[in-house]
Amino acid sequence: MDALIEVDKLVKDFQGVRAVDGVSFTIGRGSCFGLLGPNGAGKTTTVEILEGIREPTSGTIRYKGAPLDASFHHEAGIMFQSTALQEFITARETLAMFQRFYTRSASIDELVAACSLESFLDRDTRKLSGGQRQRLLLAIALINDPEVVFLDEPTTGLDPQARRNIWNLVRTIKARGKTVLLTTHYMEEAYELCDEILIMDRGRIIAEGSPDALLAAHFSDVVLLLPQADFTAAAAALPLTLYNCGDSVEILTCGVTDTLRQLLDAGVSLDRLRVRSRTLDDLFLELTGKEIRP
Amino acid sequence: MSLKRLLAVFMARNREFLRDRAAMGWNLIFPVLIVAGFAFAFSGEPAPLYKVGIYGANAGNGFFATEYVQFIEMPELAPAITKVERHQIDLLLDSAAQRYWINESSPRGYVLEKILQGSSQAGYAKQVVAGRQIRYVDWLIPGVIGMNIMFSALYGVGYVIVRYRKNGVLKRLKATPLSAIEFLTAQVFSRLWLILAVAMVVFFGTNLFVDFAMYGSYLTLFLVFAMGAFCMISMGLVIAARIASEELAEGLLNLISWPMMFLSGVWFSLEGANPLVQEFSKIFPLTHMIGAARSVMFDGAMLSAVMPQLLVLAAMSALFLALGALLFRWE
Repeated sequence: MDALIEVDKLVKDFQGVRAVDGVSFTIGRGSCFGLLGPNGAGKTTTVEILEGIREPTSGTIRYKGAPLDASFHHEAGIMFQSTALQEFITARETLAMFQRFYTRSASIDELVAACSLESFLDRDTRKLSGGQRQRLLLAIALINDPEVVFLDEPTTGLDPQARRNIWNLVRTIKARGKTVLLTTHYMEEAYELCDEILIMDRGRIIAEGSPDALLAAHFSDVVLLLPQADFTAAAAALPLTLYNCGDSVEILTCGVTDTLRQLLDAGVSLDRLRVRSRTLDDLFLELTGKEIRP
Repeated sequence: MSLKRLLAVFMARNREFLRDRAAMGWNLIFPVLIVAGFAFAFSGEPAPLYKVGIYGANAGNGFFATEYVQFIEMPELAPAITKVERHQIDLLLDSAAQRYWINESSPRGYVLEKILQGSSQAGYAKQVVAGRQIRYVDWLIPGVIGMNIMFSALYGVGYVIVRYRKNGVLKRLKATPLSAIEFLTAQVFSRLWLILAVAMVVFFGTNLFVDFAMYGSYLTLFLVFAMGAFCMISMGLVIAARIASEELAEGLLNLISWPMMFLSGVWFSLEGANPLVQEFSKIFPLTHMIGAARSVMFDGAMLSAVMPQLLVLAAMSALFLALGALLFRWE
C-alpha cells in the first residue's frame, strides 16, 4: 500500500506546553487509520495540523509526496467532533452551500442515499436529532468527493444503532477506495473499522500497528470472568493474576485448562464462567494507565 | 476570489436572516414603534409662542415691541427665508429694506401679519414663501432609521460572526477552500442589502402614516444610508475580528452603540450642546450619516453638499475594513 500522507517529526507547542512531541507516521492510500489516545494525548491537535487548519511548530507533512498546501482543502473531507451549522437553513441548502466551495463535487442525490438523509433533507438544521446531524456532517465531509476523509470522534454521543449506521457508512467510504483517518474513544469502533491504529499519550506515539498485530504483540493471555459470589476463599489463595471488578472477578491466564482445574479443586463453580480474548480496551488501559486523567 | 463560493455564503446568510422571523420582525417593528410613539407624543399643538426672525437692525418700536413674541436675530437672509418655508419661524422682518416674509400656509404667520399691519411698520412690503412645516417627528425619521441601521450593522455582523466563531461554524468553514476575504465580503454584502431593504420598508412604511417632509433626491438619500450602513458594518467586522466570547462582544457593541445613539443626534440636535460634545460626536459614523440624511431630506441638499460627510464615511469604512481584514482570525 503506497503512502498518501507522511508525517515526519511533527511538533506543536502551545504557550510553552508541548501538545505534540515529534510524532512520525505514514497513512497508506485506501486504508482506515485510527488515532487513539486519552483526553489531552495530542490526537486532535495532530489531526487539525493534518487537516491544514493549524500550523505545526516544526516537522513536515507530505501529501501524495508533496508538502501540504492550500489545494489540499479541495481533496480533503472533514468531520469535526462538534460543529454547529448555520441556523434557519435546511440540510439540503447546507449541502448545496458546501458543494459550491469546491472545484469537484460528489452527487448530492448519491450522498443523500448513502447517508440516509431523505427523511430530513428539507428540515431546518436546528431540528435534527444527534444521529441525523452526524449523518449530515458526514455527507458534508464527502461533498467534494475527497481522497482522504478525517473523522474526529464521529459516533460520540450516539446510541448503539446510530453508531452502527455510521460504521456502515465508514465501511462504504473505505469500499470506494477513500482513505479514512479516524479518531475515537471507542476501542470497539477502532477494532471494527481500522486497518492500522496509532495510540498517542502525552504528545507521543506509544503503540502503532494493525489491531490484531498489536494485541498479539502485547497479550498472550485470555480473561476468565467469574461472579464474585462464586469465588471461594480457597480460590483467592491460588497463585493467579486477579482483578476484582465490582460483582465479578477477572483472572488473566495463559493456560486455561490448568487454571480451570485449579479453580475446580478450590471448590469454585464454573457454571457462570465466561471467557473472553484481550481487546483494544485492555491494550489501551495497559498502555495509558487505568486512572482517569483530568 | 471565487464568486461562486462568495455567493454560496451570501445566500446562506440571507436565508438565515430572512427565516429568523423574530429578529426580522424586530428589525422592522422597532423603528416603526419609535416613530409611532413620537408621532403620538408630539401630535398636540406646540406652545403658543410666536417666533419672528429679524434680519438687520431691530427697530425696537411698533411691531418690534409686541409682547409674547420671540424675536430672533438672523445674520443671513437665505437660511432665514428657508426657516419661514419650513415653519421654523413664523415671520421674517428685514427692517433696512422694509419688507417681510410669511408662509401663507402658516396660521401663526397670518396672525402676526395682522399685528404687523396694525403697527407703525404697516407699510412693509409683503413677500410670500411656500413650504411645509418640519415637525419633530419628521426630524426624527432619519435618526431612527440611522439608529436601526447602526444596530443591525453592528450586531448583525459583529455579534453573528462571534457566535459563528464560538460554536465552530467558522472552524468548519476554515477547513474548506473558502478564503477569509470571500467569507467577510459575503457577510458584508448580505447584511448591506438586507439593511437597505429594511430601511426602505421603514422609510416608505412610516411615510404612509406620518407623511414626513422630503425635499432632496431619493437617490442621494439612498447613497447616504448605503455608505453609512457600509461604514458601520465594517466597524462590526473590527469587533468580530478575533473575539470568541458572545458576552464580551455584546459588551463592546453596547459600549460603542449606546454613546453613538445618544451623541449622534438621533433624538435631539447637538446644535446647542457643549462644543466639546459636538466635536466628540464627529468620531461616530452615525453622526455623519444622520447629518447628511437630514440635509438631503429637509434642506434638499444635493450630492455635492453632502460630499464631505460621504468622504468621511468612506475614509472610516476603508480604515475599519483594513483593520477588520488584518485582525480577522477564523478561530
